Amino acid sequence: MSASRATGLTVVYILLLAALVIFAFPFVLLFLNSFKDNGQILSSPFALPTSLDFGHFADAIDKMNFFVTFRNTFVITLFSVIFIVVFSAMSAHYMVRNGSGFNNSLFAVMVASMIIPFQSLMIPLIYIYGAKLQWIAHAPMLLLIVLYIGFGSALSIFIYHGFVKSIPLELEEAAYIDGATRKQTFFRVVLPMLAPTSATIAILNVLWIWNDYLLPSLVLNEERLFTMPIKMKVFNGTYMNNWELLIPAILLTVLPILIGYLFGQKFIIRGVMQGAIK
Amino acid sequence: MREKNSLKRLGNQLFFTGPTLLTFAIAVLIPFVYGLYLTFMNMDTPTSPLSFAGLDNYSRAIHDAKFWDAMLLTIKFVVATIVLVNAIGFLLAYLVTSGVKQQNFFRVVLFTPNLIGGLVLGYIWQFIFVQTLPSIGEKLNIESLRLGWLGDEHLAFWAIVIVTVWQSAGYMMIIFIAGLISVPKDVLEASTIDGANAWQRLTRMTLPLMVPSFVVTVFLTLKTAFMVYDINFSLTGGGPYNSTEMVSMHVVQKAFTETNYGVGQAEAIVLFVIVAVVTGIQVYSSKKMEVEA
Repeated sequence: MSASRATGLTVVYILLLAALVIFAFPFVLLFLNSFKDNGQILSSPFALPTSLDFGHFADAIDKMNFFVTFRNTFVITLFSVIFIVVFSAMSAHYMVRNGSGFNNSLFAVMVASMIIPFQSLMIPLIYIYGAKLQWIAHAPMLLLIVLYIGFGSALSIFIYHGFVKSIPLELEEAAYIDGATRKQTFFRVVLPMLAPTSATIAILNVLWIWNDYLLPSLVLNEERLFTMPIKMKVFNGTYMNNWELLIPAILLTVLPILIGYLFGQKFIIRGVMQGAIK
Repeated sequence: MREKNSLKRLGNQLFFTGPTLLTFAIAVLIPFVYGLYLTFMNMDTPTSPLSFAGLDNYSRAIHDAKFWDAMLLTIKFVVATIVLVNAIGFLLAYLVTSGVKQQNFFRVVLFTPNLIGGLVLGYIWQFIFVQTLPSIGEKLNIESLRLGWLGDEHLAFWAIVIVTVWQSAGYMMIIFIAGLISVPKDVLEASTIDGANAWQRLTRMTLPLMVPSFVVTVFLTLKTAFMVYDINFSLTGGGPYNSTEMVSMHVVQKAFTETNYGVGQAEAIVLFVIVAVVTGIQVYSSKKMEVEA
């Protein structure tokens, strides 16, 4: 029994190590080659770099305007996620506590909307807010944030909806008896109790908004507003096959996310788990 | 709490649900309804006035051979990724939860590809397919690695599948782990005492109890696979010779490159109907497979 269990565990380890290599090797490869020049990258992609030359990194930071690009992505993601969290929590709480016909239908419509592919909305979005109303020309960043709040709210309200139900009603009633208004009760009693769910929702939304490409590429037309994915796309077009510049650029794009993951991995994995179980 | 005064109730309704309703209308409701309207309109350029076209856009969409090529390829992609992502995701979850000490470490590393967007992943793997694999093939004399995968019509498709599986398997693994943890231990122990071996426990006990997890993971893979754009765009760009252009990319091309908004939107609506029908059938039929422990 224990001998067969030991061999079983050995097989498990071998398979897991193989998976580990497959999942990690692209990152290792990028890292190794980020210090090499084109000649070395082409002739020996697997060799260790002969020197720790950060010159290509400096060049990439400069050419991709890294700090501005990073700031744009950060600002868009930050504001979108803050408003998604607050607005969705407000709506979900109100919808659960006031189950009127209107609120129930709104909830049903939002849940159903989750199966609409972005591609079915993309052309009218560009037509209405670009050609017709000119919002894309006048306030692209603001429009993008508003669109993210709109796209992110369906799933977020759906997740909050389940958790709001688990908050004991007595707590809210006690606050009302003490003379608190609805708004005070929500912000002082309900919202703090929803904090773990809010963390889940923030994480799920940061993951897709930070990496989103298609929508921002349609809305942000000026180079000074580009986000990391758009910049990466333009960079790849300009320096096609110039790997000594492209690899550091890819790493610079990936690094902020990996650093965030290093510190927040516990919350991120828990967030993904809770987001899926509902 | 019910507000006594109906004006106050309206005020609270607006305060709490107004912001969501407004942004949801701007992002989803208005474009969706207006998008349906656009499919019945002729539009030569984005700024020219609309004229009524009847069902013309739909008929042109239905006769667009490239659209159906892209749709068929997308369906092939959907089937391939659903099978591979779920099989590998489940296998990883099963391995990670089968008693190894470094469970958390494996979980964290295997999830990592998910943090990176499809666009950047495409560029990372372009380096692997264009530079690295041919160089391995050269050294070890493996013919199938030596030729660039992205230049071959069939291999380029499988390259997209591989990168997608590599990206999503870790995500599904996390969902499966959550499901596996909640499989009641006493049920498994009882079956062990009754003489069931590991394989029987897996196929007769664990898998049937995991159906709710599979409903979620299949739904997620289905939806994202139908909408695949970023990896398609950055890894192959639809090439070689449009052989890997999937439906999202085709719609983007139709609308923004050929500036044919009406036909592009009609094709996008056809895509929506297909996704809605397929996911509807999937959720409905798999709910029926769920069992109680």
